[in-house]
Amino acid sequence: MKPVESKVKTELAQNSFRRRIRRPVVAVAAVIAAHAAHAQFVPPPTDRVGSGKLLLTGGVSQVEGAAGGGLVPWAVIGGYDTGGQWGANVHATRVRTQDFNLDTYGVAVGVDDRLELTLAKQIFDTRAAGTALGLGENFKFEQDIFGAKVRILGDAVLDSDTWMPQVAVGIQHKQNNQGDIVRAVGARKSSGTDFYISATKLFLAHSILVNGTLRMTKANQFGLLGFGGPNGDSYKPQAELSAAYLFRRDLAAGAEFRTKPSNLAFAREQNAKDVFVAWAPNKNLALTAAYVDLGDIATFRNQHGWYLSGQAGF
Amino acid sequence: MKTLSARLAAAASVAACLTFAAPAFADEALYQQFGGEEGMLRIADDMIAASFSNPRTAPYFAKASVKRLREQLASHFCEQVGGPCKYTGSSMKNVHAPMHIDRAAFNALVENLQDAMDKNKIPFSVQNQLLAKLAPMYRDIENPAGAPSVVPLREPLPSPYDDEPAAPAQP
Repeated sequence: MKPVESKVKTELAQNSFRRRIRRPVVAVAAVIAAHAAHAQFVPPPTDRVGSGKLLLTGGVSQVEGAAGGGLVPWAVIGGYDTGGQWGANVHATRVRTQDFNLDTYGVAVGVDDRLELTLAKQIFDTRAAGTALGLGENFKFEQDIFGAKVRILGDAVLDSDTWMPQVAVGIQHKQNNQGDIVRAVGARKSSGTDFYISATKLFLAHSILVNGTLRMTKANQFGLLGFGGPNGDSYKPQAELSAAYLFRRDLAAGAEFRTKPSNLAFAREQNAKDVFVAWAPNKNLALTAAYVDLGDIATFRNQHGWYLSGQAGF
Repeated sequence: MKTLSARLAAAASVAACLTFAAPAFADEALYQQFGGEEGMLRIADDMIAASFSNPRTAPYFAKASVKRLREQLASHFCEQVGGPCKYTGSSMKNVHAPMHIDRAAFNALVENLQDAMDKNKIPFSVQNQLLAKLAPMYRDIENPAGAPSVVPLREPLPSPYDDEPAAPAQP
């Protein structure tokens, strides 16, 4: 076959008139070549298990377990899954301010780069402040968070020629285990569900990622102090913004801002802010360090400190 | 007065030249950050090498002609960053349709290119300017399994493989 083929090719290149005459010959040669060489390309099967996303493009686990930055859920789907794949990860996060500790542990599963399901447990340790609050030293509030997020349109990374962001909608259902206490401080309920819509856009040519999330919530201090209160028991829209600069494929740094309602009467609640660095040495590991400013928490003023989070998965 | 108006006119024309020349200048500057023609060929070489050694992309390159591929890639990249080149190969759709590239394979190829650019010490922010031009091409390059292998032809080069003669679109 080879000599005939290359001869045909040479002639093709040389003469367009003869090309027309040769066409039937080429067609026959093509059919024979196809059979001889199995020319119909069969793509290799895609791994069903993760690894299809580009590094860090699934975000990191935010404080409530969803994929995002430190405080804010983004429109990205957690895990390294792309179409036809699934991915999963576990994470542990510690936030420590002057008077409080917040630990979060969680697991996330991403399917098809479309659906994200998360479970997280938050443990809010009042440390010495527990005594001052009349709860006892090291009194802990615990909260379980079930999250679901669906990407509804766009691609945050690849649609770099348009302004169209990746958009996702999500819920976070939270159940606080200290119902009596949160009601005693004025909360209406010990459980609640947040609804949010996120838009995430990577301005690739500028290495800048921007996210905006609109959250409808009744939560007091993320739900750690229950839901609703004397100053409000209706869903209020909250704005959550993130911006990050990509220094390398494996390294991003940015800042976030998150408004919160102030439903309780005994203590005011303020906006949360952070500056973060996220590093993913590979697709199995991500480490995030941040400085957070959470404002006043339960009468303790100006709570700020560090945030460390580790994530492992695929 | 005459001198002044002449000067103003000269200044205006210089300013106009600068204004119009600026974009082309900037693009050429980007091209030079990739090392010009030689740099693009090195990146193409390293990307091809990475694609052959990466088990996730190797099958797609099994039949590729390296010589042709490096020239096509280099001229394609050059054109995308505003260099003085014209990509003359087949459309992205025609080249890739028969290979049924999915997102995982597309991203694996992006990683090969990133590795190649890393190897050539292209700064990350510069890399992203090329990637920003290439990324939207996923719309033409990806072709889910089960979709037709051959797209309606507007040009007579449906085969991505050099070693096969082009099958005519119409008898």
